[in-house]
Amino acid sequence: MKFLVCISNVPDTTTKIAFTPDNKEFNKAGVQFVINPWDEYALTRAIELKEAQGGGTVTVLNVGEADTEPNIRKALAIGADDAIRVNAFPKDAFFVAQQIASIAKDGGYDVILMGKESIDYNGFQVHGMVGELLGIPTVAPAMKLDMSGNTATLEREIEGGKEIVEVNTPFVASCQQPMCEPRIPNMRGIMTARTKPLKVVEPVGDAPRTEVAAYALPPKKEGVKLIPAENAGELIKLLRNEAKVI
Amino acid sequence: MSVLVVVECDGGEVKKSSLEVASYGSQVAQLLGTTATAIAVGEATEANLAQLGEQGITKVLYDAEPRLKDFVNGAYTKLIAAAAQQEDSKVIVLANSNIGAAVGSRLSVRLQASLATNVVELPKNDGGQFTVKRGAFSGKAFADVVLSGDRKILAVKKNSIEALHEAGKTAQVESFSAQLTDADFADAPKQVVMQEQTGGVLLPEADKVVSGGRGMKGPENWNLIEDLAKALGAATACSKPVSDVDWRPHHEHVGQTGITVSPNLYIACGISGAIQHLAGVNSSKVIVVINKDPEAPFFKAADYGIVGDVFDVLPKLTQAVKELG
Repeated sequence: MKFLVCISNVPDTTTKIAFTPDNKEFNKAGVQFVINPWDEYALTRAIELKEAQGGGTVTVLNVGEADTEPNIRKALAIGADDAIRVNAFPKDAFFVAQQIASIAKDGGYDVILMGKESIDYNGFQVHGMVGELLGIPTVAPAMKLDMSGNTATLEREIEGGKEIVEVNTPFVASCQQPMCEPRIPNMRGIMTARTKPLKVVEPVGDAPRTEVAAYALPPKKEGVKLIPAENAGELIKLLRNEAKVI
Repeated sequence: MSVLVVVECDGGEVKKSSLEVASYGSQVAQLLGTTATAIAVGEATEANLAQLGEQGITKVLYDAEPRLKDFVNGAYTKLIAAAAQQEDSKVIVLANSNIGAAVGSRLSVRLQASLATNVVELPKNDGGQFTVKRGAFSGKAFADVVLSGDRKILAVKKNSIEALHEAGKTAQVESFSAQLTDADFADAPKQVVMQEQTGGVLLPEADKVVSGGRGMKGPENWNLIEDLAKALGAATACSKPVSDVDWRPHHEHVGQTGITVSPNLYIACGISGAIQHLAGVNSSKVIVVINKDPEAPFFKAADYGIVGDVFDVLPKLTQAVKELG
């Protein structure tokens, strides 16, 4: 079975968000970038399934400039077999989806996995676009994934519950917890990752369809109004009469 | 040309997030000098659909095909695309729900439309430039996004738009057929089991949330959270460490890697406020923090706070809500 796992390179989850002076771009200065946490579920589960099947391959795909390579190597250290980097800044979800679909079409992958969204752009769009571009089913967001032959059983989150679905390969799924326990690379993995193939290809497709005109931070809070613990009930009156939320 | 609004129904009722989306869509229609038509998905009743007039919808299309009762991505995409074509809709509005986002992304490819998800405000249409504000960086920032092309799809974040209620106005309900075939359902993921939460308020739809963290000390104390939530008509939630140790189920985990919520009221009990947790809740309108540590970082993001022991404070709050009547 051939797995394609799409990862994005995002600011570490503890990052304080700031933008360039023109507010057009995220300010990368001093920021550590990590594999998108949602994508780690996809990556680890693909590796687990490959190991359980005793064969197959896991290919990692990233759309990004050369500075994303440390995190691609990390994915290889965790256990992916090889990697492809599409040499382009990921301008919008449609642009990224076109790159993934183009590589998937040529590579004959059975299962395409990715996180449910990236923690920076939070689009929750790429999986569906890839499914539509390839004309194959999409399951999103998936909390469990098991394979038996060419049939996958997935637990899909629905609002207020879950649904168990079966789908045949090829398909696309976006992943979230509690799919698996994301792995941390071990020393052997880090050593072997250096020699695993990382192919760089140039982007294809049409222009992006969306463009960020400006980023902004949320307005600052006015400050907390403290209510003494012994008069806790007073809070409820304030929520009704002042904040008007109950 | 009309604005097309995708309305999700469940058990005959229109979802609360869809009332917001219908209100959003009718205001976009006004901005563009046209009317708003809805396409209803899920199990709906004609009476409930007609009531969408109160949110400014003029006409509702409904396909009564029984297999559309449950979500099937491919079939829903075809249905909505057919409605968009019939109505010549240049703008399609849906909820930023699991269904809305899943269909919206497929639809954007099929209709060659530009797509913005997580939308929090009405769009601006200045000199032919269509711009919309969306949440980004897990709620830590916003982005003004320019959508190019002839067609646009907007997925509206829950609780960002106030639902309109113009009493007495009704929408005209028309049957609609996308002429779906067996093939539209054939490749779809087949549903094996459906487990729906029963009772209580659903977290993603809730406009009030009571949430507990490690300060609750154990799952046996969650009745304090549940009592307050019940009195307020709120959903319950928890922080990541709590779901990691299985005190509470994963679907209650709120934060950067859990569910992002934007209720009118978020009450955090015994949660210190790690940056990843704040990212999931800081677009809530009013945040209340109860923590015995006055240095808890969450107080910086709060509107109201009580420095005190959750085990003393929570019963007092529940009592006070009950006294409101």
